[in-house]
Amino acid sequence: MQRLDVIDRRGLRDDVPDFRPGDRLKVHVKVVEGTRSRIQVFEGDVIARSGAGVRETFTVRKDSFGVGVERTFPVHTPTIETIEVVRRGRVRRAKLYYQRERSGKRARIREKREATA
Amino acid sequence: MGTRGILGTKLGMTQVFDDEGRIVPVTVVHASPNTVTQVKRVGTDGYTAVQLAYGTRKHVTRPLAGHLAKAGVASARRLAEVRFADEDGLPEQGATVAVTTFDRGQLVDVTGTSKGKGYAGVMKRHNFGGMGDGHGVKKKNRHPGSVGACSTPGRTFRGTRMAGRMGGERVTVQNLEVVDVDAENDLILIRGAVPGADGSVVLVRDAVKAPAVASQGGEA
Repeated sequence: MQRLDVIDRRGLRDDVPDFRPGDRLKVHVKVVEGTRSRIQVFEGDVIARSGAGVRETFTVRKDSFGVGVERTFPVHTPTIETIEVVRRGRVRRAKLYYQRERSGKRARIREKREATA
Repeated sequence: MGTRGILGTKLGMTQVFDDEGRIVPVTVVHASPNTVTQVKRVGTDGYTAVQLAYGTRKHVTRPLAGHLAKAGVASARRLAEVRFADEDGLPEQGATVAVTTFDRGQLVDVTGTSKGKGYAGVMKRHNFGGMGDGHGVKKKNRHPGSVGACSTPGRTFRGTRMAGRMGGERVTVQNLEVVDVDAENDLILIRGAVPGADGSVVLVRDAVKAPAVASQGGEA
């Protein structure tokens, strides 16, 4: 099994910031259009993190002109340029799927007050 | 032209990202260098093949030890033969075969012993449809249905597919892509699934039926 870790570790990124469900992220995604490649920013709240190791994924939800949009990214995918944490959210569960039934003011996530570390 | 082959251990499955960032499911096969223990030629054996030895084992029978000693090997977990079409490029006895014999992107056939499923019903074993789950069908939802007619022919035909032992047999999966070769750790990454349980021995060979379009890199 340790031999598999050798393969897995090679695919891991070391530049993934610490973020949790409830946090708002800016995900800078590489988009390839024909031969050109550009960076697209997807900003929204993390509503889930799932899996572990190379298989780990996270789901970001945003409201785009009244329509809820969710994108799920592998945490370690090379198609992500950078991940920026915009703000920390205070939430009480690991999966925020209840956000799908909410919109507008109800969908707000309280900001986490930084405890003195 | 020779067929390249190597014996290795199936370590398990994982995923890697390809050059375009896509996820590729792979099976990792660990193949420490195999030793050529015997070279079979038409003149002596009636056909052309290379016998490979892989791994070690604690107890070796005297006859096997003697056979392996000719190639300078003390013990082997498994021996396998790889057929050659002709005598071109036949290796010497005692030569070693490493994972680098394969190229990235080429197609291979992988042979292993499938996981034993025990005594399996007809739905799992032969993909039968079963019977209705209600509607007056009485307790027959996974049954095979009829296995024969009435007094003509008056018997069940031979080979009629029924329940029985499933798995634990030799299975070859053809035309799997070699995603990567890690010479340092003796690993081959093969796209998709490979027969057998993790830790079992598999034989990786050049694909017999590789489509002509796919360029088979580095072939002699």
